Amino acid sequence: MRKSPAICILLVLLVACRPAEGEAGATGVAIQNVGSDTIVNLALAWAETYQAMRPDVRIAVTGGGSGTGIAGLVNGTVDIANGSRQMKPEEVDAARANNITPVEHVIARDAIAVVVHPSNPVNRLTLQQLSDIYSGRITDWSEVGGENRSIVLLSRESNSGTHVYFLEQVVRLGDKHGTTLFSPDTLLMPSSEGISAEVRQNPNGIGYDGLGYVTPDQKTVAVAADPGGPYVLPSIETVNSGAYPIARDLYMYTAGEPQGTIADYLAWIRSSEGQVIVGELGFVPLSSVDW
Amino acid sequence: MKRTSLSEYLIERFIRVTGVSVILFLALIFLFLLREGGATFFEVPLRDLLRTRWYPNEGHFGLLPLVMGSLLVTVGAAVISLPLGLLTAVFVAEVAPRWVREILKPFIEVLAGIPSVVLGFLGMLVVSPLIREHLGAPTGLTALSGSLMLGYMALPTIISVAEDALDAVPKSYRDAALALGATRWQTIWRVTVPAARSGILTAMMLGVGRAIGETMAVMMVTGNAARLPLTLNSFLMPVRTMTATIAAEMGEVAQGSTHYHILFAIGLVLFLVTFVVDLVASWTLFRQGRRYGRLLS
Repeated sequence: MRKSPAICILLVLLVACRPAEGEAGATGVAIQNVGSDTIVNLALAWAETYQAMRPDVRIAVTGGGSGTGIAGLVNGTVDIANGSRQMKPEEVDAARANNITPVEHVIARDAIAVVVHPSNPVNRLTLQQLSDIYSGRITDWSEVGGENRSIVLLSRESNSGTHVYFLEQVVRLGDKHGTTLFSPDTLLMPSSEGISAEVRQNPNGIGYDGLGYVTPDQKTVAVAADPGGPYVLPSIETVNSGAYPIARDLYMYTAGEPQGTIADYLAWIRSSEGQVIVGELGFVPLSSVDW
Repeated sequence: MKRTSLSEYLIERFIRVTGVSVILFLALIFLFLLREGGATFFEVPLRDLLRTRWYPNEGHFGLLPLVMGSLLVTVGAAVISLPLGLLTAVFVAEVAPRWVREILKPFIEVLAGIPSVVLGFLGMLVVSPLIREHLGAPTGLTALSGSLMLGYMALPTIISVAEDALDAVPKSYRDAALALGATRWQTIWRVTVPAARSGILTAMMLGVGRAIGETMAVMMVTGNAARLPLTLNSFLMPVRTMTATIAAEMGEVAQGSTHYHILFAIGLVLFLVTFVVDLVASWTLFRQGRRYGRLLS
């Protein structure tokens, strides 16, 4: 009978746990929020602030890439999928096949910054030059006004929404039927940190990542849409005005029109209160919220 | 009396089941890989699998860069770790004085316990900048960095197992060799090491096996560029290995898609490579064993 105190404690803990879980299950306020690594910090900040305001709501935020979140939504294991890209038609079809109608919500804007080593003399590039660099047609910095060094291409892994967006918008210059690919020499880094670590220490490197991930020890390059056009550095103003050419909307997807707590949460995200957090994390707040 | 024989019977049975289950699990893993990955060979023509471009998002399923990448990194790791591991084992088992040996052995075993992600960080932040600055590579995230990390990871396994094998060689062999007038050097290389060759080969197989299958450290230091490494300077260029490809892409694929099947097919290739390497090793050993057996009798 010496074990009985331990068993008592265990029982008390079990009893203490149960009502809380029961509540969460009953009112459906445990929200699974999975997806884009670009959005994960933003989603975490939103979840923390919202849970502090509404202690009855539990929001579990996980990254893994836009594809991961959307796959979860399609399989029914995720309540809100974070996407740094729109769902592909085949993903929508897969969801429909599972009797799920995905609904899209724009929740913030993001600009992709092109970064190089601080010692790199190149300050500005056109989209055409970026495309040539990343598809392997330009392989030396001297061809774009830099030093005589070979270019080391850094990219996110191909499951990253940022990767897909950069391929479509920059490497293929927005041509939907383009077949240009990243050069096979492109280093695919498993994380944003991998890219910034390499750009910080390698003077040959060029990388791209969400504006929110650029640290001051990397140099951001000004980008022009056309060879003659103005070269623009990414910032909240230039993205919302549409002057910066590599910018995009960020999405959350729900299965069907959101109901109850999830609807409240999404409404709060798009309110000025939620959008303040967007600005704090280096993303671009929505200028007009049409909820 | 009856009780003893019953418990003995049960224990015998239990040991037999555990022994057989190893083969059973191996067969089940193989079947699982075949079930998930086999569809690849119906969905993608073999010709396309042998192409040189890997970009699964757009249906480019050429496996050659990945297979060659794994091969390059593993061969590099073997070249670094096999001689070093064998020599260290010989030193620890045969040459080092007792007190040095008592200190070295536990340290080598601790090395085996360092998590690979920690080694990956070390490789990314320390080894790769050194390679870029001193070997003139455009980036430090290269096949060589991967080989160095893998070689380092394989070392403790190789040393421990080889050292145990050398230790198991009967003292009478050494005494006999020395009595015949052989020097210590001759005794080690002509008698002790050949006598322990089966254990040493096992050590090498385990080490190389660890190198082929290692994922995390490789993903962090090799740069993961799916380029075909054909020239000698490929060691100073980034590569993408099979394991890193599976780890990086498995999270995102839709279940049942061609990409999903092909990742399992890569697993199948890895499994077969390891299997063949082991098979060849045991076969060589078996043949050698018979020859030596005849010589001794």
